[in-house]
Amino acid sequence: MVYVTEKSPLLAVSGIDFAIRPGEFVSLVGPSGCGKSTILSLIAGLLKPSAGHIRIYGEPVRGASPRVGYMLQQDYLFPWKTILGNCLFGLKMTNRLTEENRNYVDYLLGEMGLAQAKHLYPSQLSGGMRQRVSLVRTLAVQPEIMLLDEPFSALDYQTKLQLEDLVWKTLKSHAKTALLVTHDISEAIAMSDRVLVMGRNPGTIRREIAVPGEIRRELPFTAREQPGFHEIFRTIWEELKTEEEGGIPDG
Amino acid sequence: MADQVRPTARSLQRAQAEEAPLETEVFARHARRERRLKRFVRLTQWVLLALFFVLWEIAGRNGWIDVLLFSYPGKVGELLIAKLKDGSLLPHVWATTLETFAGFLLGTVCGAALAALLWWSRFLARVLDPFLVVLNSMPKVALGPLLIVGLGPGFASILGTALAVTVIITTIVVFNSFREVDPNYVKVVRLFGGSRWAVFRHVILPASFPTIVSTLKVNVGLSWVGVIVGEFLVARIGLGYLIIYGFQVFNFTLVIMSLFVIAAVATFMYQAVAFLERRMLRPK
Repeated sequence: MVYVTEKSPLLAVSGIDFAIRPGEFVSLVGPSGCGKSTILSLIAGLLKPSAGHIRIYGEPVRGASPRVGYMLQQDYLFPWKTILGNCLFGLKMTNRLTEENRNYVDYLLGEMGLAQAKHLYPSQLSGGMRQRVSLVRTLAVQPEIMLLDEPFSALDYQTKLQLEDLVWKTLKSHAKTALLVTHDISEAIAMSDRVLVMGRNPGTIRREIAVPGEIRRELPFTAREQPGFHEIFRTIWEELKTEEEGGIPDG
Repeated sequence: MADQVRPTARSLQRAQAEEAPLETEVFARHARRERRLKRFVRLTQWVLLALFFVLWEIAGRNGWIDVLLFSYPGKVGELLIAKLKDGSLLPHVWATTLETFAGFLLGTVCGAALAALLWWSRFLARVLDPFLVVLNSMPKVALGPLLIVGLGPGFASILGTALAVTVIITTIVVFNSFREVDPNYVKVVRLFGGSRWAVFRHVILPASFPTIVSTLKVNVGLSWVGVIVGEFLVARIGLGYLIIYGFQVFNFTLVIMSLFVIAAVATFMYQAVAFLERRMLRPK
């Protein structure tokens, strides 16, 4: 379970209070600058909350932990390391380069269709492949919680849709708890069980929207074609619009 | 460039034998034009060089210029051959080369190490910032006399001058490249709980490696400045010493010969480092 209450000196985000159940997929949507990424950094232990607590399975977060995996907006693979070297990096950093874990990385690379690319360098792969490698690098240390910081935003539309399905399937089959930050409303609905709509100045959670079962159960791509999808889209859209209109006097 | 063009041209010619599509013809035409231009540039360079030496020789022999001051290629060549034969030149070349080599290597290593120290301690970086700016702005060879007093007249102070010229600029350039590393790469290491040392070792250093290697190249040139000035001031051996000696005894043939030797050795050294750079930074 993740529990967040936070208040920073710049008051980036305030009064954030939510919990994620194990295995649940939750999305944070909101205008840029609403502190979505700040929340991820707090949960990842990269930032310390000025006030409040973050707990993972009841334990307070103290610095980065291999229990939390983080996928960045771009792949940020080290160009001087091979694909395999990049994937093993997390294990190396956490001193867990065992034979068993190496095999696990091999298995993950195979699962992502990257087995052939093992000894290539990142510059030799396409953007979509690189982001898949980045997913393997994150999964290699076997985190329980995945934080996804707009991981599809730098990809072209087709690749993005394919990767959404792949990430969704992978996270479900590995029973990971996930928190996705995005500004793409339909991506949020298609992938998650619950959508948290945020407002800014300071960042707060304005509304929580549960995604109905028939959309939840489908792959992100087909979820978009389910009845009811558009109603949720419109609800979130309206919510963000009122936020934007309400935000104009401050801005 | 021709090396890259040729195999393609050949394979295209083979394709041409079967059928000649427009792109093959256009490319062949382009390649021909490019080759002709390249040959013309080379030819012009050689002609210019030959013209310069011939004119200089004629002007010298006919007394159009003061031979005592400007000598002429024939005399310089004679002296060079004589000095090579009696073996009195090589020790000078060797001494200067060694000093320059030590200078740019040490300068790069010390500069990079200092940059690492500044990266490590943000406090130190902020404290030293104005001092670095002042040191970088001042002409380092002006420190020559102080270095001689401090390090004694000899190898140490020549190396000191070369170091003074190279270290500060290396520190600044490398430190800047350390700071310009995309913070998201640092984030990756921190997310896996990596230490500050891990960040340096796995991100900062490899990401800045190309910059460090290219400062090596810049430092070759700077190191020559430091070494020659150092030799002007104190040396009893070296090409800089030969220049000053030639100047003092009014043997300008010796001065000009030394200049040519410096030009040759410096170019060779620069090309060697440039070659090394290409080898080390070969794209993957």
